[in-house]
Amino acid sequence: MSENSLIKASDLGRVFDVSKPWLNRVLEGSEKQFLTAADKVHFDIPKGKTFALVGESGSGKSTIGKMVVGLLNPTSGNVTVDGEDLFNPKDKKAQLALRRRIQMIFQSPYASLNPRWRVKNIIAEPIKAFNLLEGKAIQTRASELLEQVGLAATDGEKYPHEFSGGQRQRIAIARALASNPEFIVCDEPTSALDVSVQSQVLNLMKDLQKDLGLTYLFISHDLSVVRFMADQIGVLYLGRLVEIADRDKLFEAPQHPYTRMLIDAAPRVDAFGRTADAVVGEIPDPINMPSGCSFHPRCPLANDRCKTEPPSLIKLDRAEVSCHAVEENRNN
Amino acid sequence: MSEEIVLTVEDLIVEFPTRKGILRPVDRVNFNIKKGEILGVVGESGAGKSMCGSAIVGLIDRPGRITGGEIRLQNERIDNISHERMRKIRGRRIGMVFQDPLTSLNPLMTVGEQIMETIRVHLKISEAEARQRAIAALEEVGIPAASSRVDAYPHQFSGGMRQRVVIALALAAEPELIIADEPTTALDVSVQAQIMALLKKLCHERGTAVMLITHDMGVIAETTDRVAVLYAGRLAEIGPTKDVLSNPSHPYTIGLMASTPSPTGSTERLSQIPGSMPNLRAIPQGCAFNQRCTKAISACFKHLPILEPVDKTDVACWLYDEAYKDEAAEQSKTQLKEGA
Amino acid sequence: MTEETQRGASARPVFKEDEHLPFWKRWMDTDIWHSYKKSPVIIIASIAFMLLILSAIFAPLISPYTPFDPGSLNLMNGFTEPMSKNDFTGDYFFLGTDDQGRDVFSTILFGLRISLFVGLAAVLFAMTLGVILGLISGYLGGWVDGVIMRVADIQMTFPSIMVAMLLYGVGKGLTPPDLRDEMALVVLIISIGLSEWVQFARTVRGATLVEREKEYVQAGHLIGLSKWAIMLRHILPNVTGPILVIATISLALAIIAEATLSFLGVGAPKTEPSLGTLINVGRQFILSGEWWILLFPSLTLLALALSVNLFGDWLRDVLNPKLR
Repeated sequence: MSENSLIKASDLGRVFDVSKPWLNRVLEGSEKQFLTAADKVHFDIPKGKTFALVGESGSGKSTIGKMVVGLLNPTSGNVTVDGEDLFNPKDKKAQLALRRRIQMIFQSPYASLNPRWRVKNIIAEPIKAFNLLEGKAIQTRASELLEQVGLAATDGEKYPHEFSGGQRQRIAIARALASNPEFIVCDEPTSALDVSVQSQVLNLMKDLQKDLGLTYLFISHDLSVVRFMADQIGVLYLGRLVEIADRDKLFEAPQHPYTRMLIDAAPRVDAFGRTADAVVGEIPDPINMPSGCSFHPRCPLANDRCKTEPPSLIKLDRAEVSCHAVEENRNN
Repeated sequence: MSEEIVLTVEDLIVEFPTRKGILRPVDRVNFNIKKGEILGVVGESGAGKSMCGSAIVGLIDRPGRITGGEIRLQNERIDNISHERMRKIRGRRIGMVFQDPLTSLNPLMTVGEQIMETIRVHLKISEAEARQRAIAALEEVGIPAASSRVDAYPHQFSGGMRQRVVIALALAAEPELIIADEPTTALDVSVQAQIMALLKKLCHERGTAVMLITHDMGVIAETTDRVAVLYAGRLAEIGPTKDVLSNPSHPYTIGLMASTPSPTGSTERLSQIPGSMPNLRAIPQGCAFNQRCTKAISACFKHLPILEPVDKTDVACWLYDEAYKDEAAEQSKTQLKEGA
Repeated sequence: MTEETQRGASARPVFKEDEHLPFWKRWMDTDIWHSYKKSPVIIIASIAFMLLILSAIFAPLISPYTPFDPGSLNLMNGFTEPMSKNDFTGDYFFLGTDDQGRDVFSTILFGLRISLFVGLAAVLFAMTLGVILGLISGYLGGWVDGVIMRVADIQMTFPSIMVAMLLYGVGKGLTPPDLRDEMALVVLIISIGLSEWVQFARTVRGATLVEREKEYVQAGHLIGLSKWAIMLRHILPNVTGPILVIATISLALAIIAEATLSFLGVGAPKTEPSLGTLINVGRQFILSGEWWILLFPSLTLLALALSVNLFGDWLRDVLNPKLR
């Protein structure tokens, strides 16, 4: 799956310093504290495909998304786009050329558009920043993009507050498309939208992928949405990938106990009166992570080895799983 | 389960006067909740579902007010009583659980003190006894080491544990009704499952009536006995959850169900409802859904539909009205032809 | 796009109510205008302020005398009571004259000019400085933020009038002696401005801290915009909301600061007296019975400061109730 991969993240890690200020530390005698938001994350995304990262709060999915678009520098590892290193470009020109190829769609349809700008200017900004077009052609292109996402060209004259949440997300998509990118990171693009509007936006994103050959990194906490969008899925728990699998494989035969729990806990519209099997506990404090496998305090299959030795990803058919129980065949 | 009706909402209208005219976020809504029943109230943002909940407990922000209809708790009107009496009903006879648990907890009191205070309002028992009951209440909602955690402050709990405390608090006075407004929206999926299971279990055991307000169809399906679907402040459909969700009649409910991605549905294309819910200031004449409805007939643009029984649910839609049956059939025929 | 979405786009409820109205009509429909119409105090305050501004601007046209032209002065007119005749020309000095025979009404008009000019210029200076420093501080953070905010903290521990006096003294010492009189007003403006920037910087910094985390700013980073482009084009337009309110309130403070300095004799020079200077002059005669020399400039200053202050308070309540 790597021969025509567009995006390659290898050994990606990010540690945040969450220590109290120096003076407080001295007075309280406390030590520096670090939060590992992402640890040894790796994935390949083939051209034209969608890779999804799914996880609960604190899983590090947004941190990874920010690193992949270059908004945040990793503490370790790197990201390559078509073989070019995103964080150590040859020169300024190469960096700008790389940036043009990567875009992002954000979660909040309210905060992602500058409220003081007209929509046409919001969409035209990337075109101007990368010097893609000049003069009148810029506005023509902006109108074209608006129509491409299902809005009217005349909507460009309006301000963001005149639109509904779903329409704003369409505007955000139009802005992301303005620099003719090949790769778009979608960070929870529909979690703030109502169901009936969510389906419009998801369909639009799928149509655009088909028409323009886009590659997506899709970040979400909603398994149903991920199943609809993704070709391949990575499940994150406390900054580590616990399972990577093709979509069908993940939903038909989830391997990691956490993946199983997530799938089971997701509310289902066809499960009337069902009480999901009680899952124990909550996500632990990411600053003081459990030893060994970080899922072991909640895992029904945990044994002594899980408490001490962190598991690493092992290859299976169409999947990779990081779990001692799977390795030892204790998972059935 | 007994058929005793705990809450009756009849023709409820909530209005907000503004300079440019009167907004009506809740428009002639009717429903009731029986003892031990969980009624789901579902709708998109702005559909008026939270406003219904606020109206019942008398917590509508000014200048909004109830301008029509009745709300009865055990046959006693509570929509026109004084603030003083309403305050006594809130917390004692109606418990509340909100999306953000911190809004219902006093940050300066330990959770034990708060639960004890509520218990002693309706039970004349000693402090020591109240404390024992508070610990029992915390144990019941699944808080580990309850006997020591009872002296902790709200900020010392995690989000999921806080919501459990709120549930314990809401149930402490043994209310007849609990209003839960998006109680798990801010929580992770795994915690959400725990909280919903807890709410369901406790309410069924005690026979507490629950009004569960949420936008999540999955939660509705798994938790509720009956469901009311709101659209632009009006009831579109109401009935037993299973019938409404698996065999919906109102075009909006049909669209909503079809556009919800499910762990078993198609991965090719989601069905979608065109457009978005109208702003309160621009609700069209006739049926509020008419501009997004693919089956709309002439009556839908002129007259407001009222709830009528269709199959096992009550539906507000002209398509099922005797007078318009023929036109509706004609409409769907031409649509089929156009499609072909 | 699919047919369905097309339908959706056309089915969108559009608010025709505001869109095609001319600007003034939309303005008439805003909450600000409605609140304005309902507060008689604010209507009076704003009219008073407008009258004061207009009389300051047109002072040379309105004033019956040119009070600082030594040629037009006649010491014989000294200490004329209000509403009495000029013995030489037959005109009325309807607010009386001072010790040197200057028409008090005229001196007030010209004094008002100086007071307003110094106040406005000082606020403009404080605003520019405060907004730029606040933006930089909030956006860049780190040690830059630390330095700017510590300076602000230290300055806040002194009364601003003391800071202004200190700066005025230093400024005066730095200007060459032969330019001192000409530069007096400039030094005054800068010293009052420097004593008022903190409020602007703090507010803008706070708003910037909120805005810089928003996703539209990240979208700007994504396309490689420079720090300055993001600060000036994206963040600045979104943090200006409270600036107008602070500017109005600062204007009242700056006018009073200027009056205080001039009253103490360290502000506007005698050749270009402001209201404060006039009050200082009048003070000398209060015990000898020439009350009008003190009273009328004082009332004017009161009207000016009060109207600006009332207007600022109202503006704050209407635009941003949270600032209260």
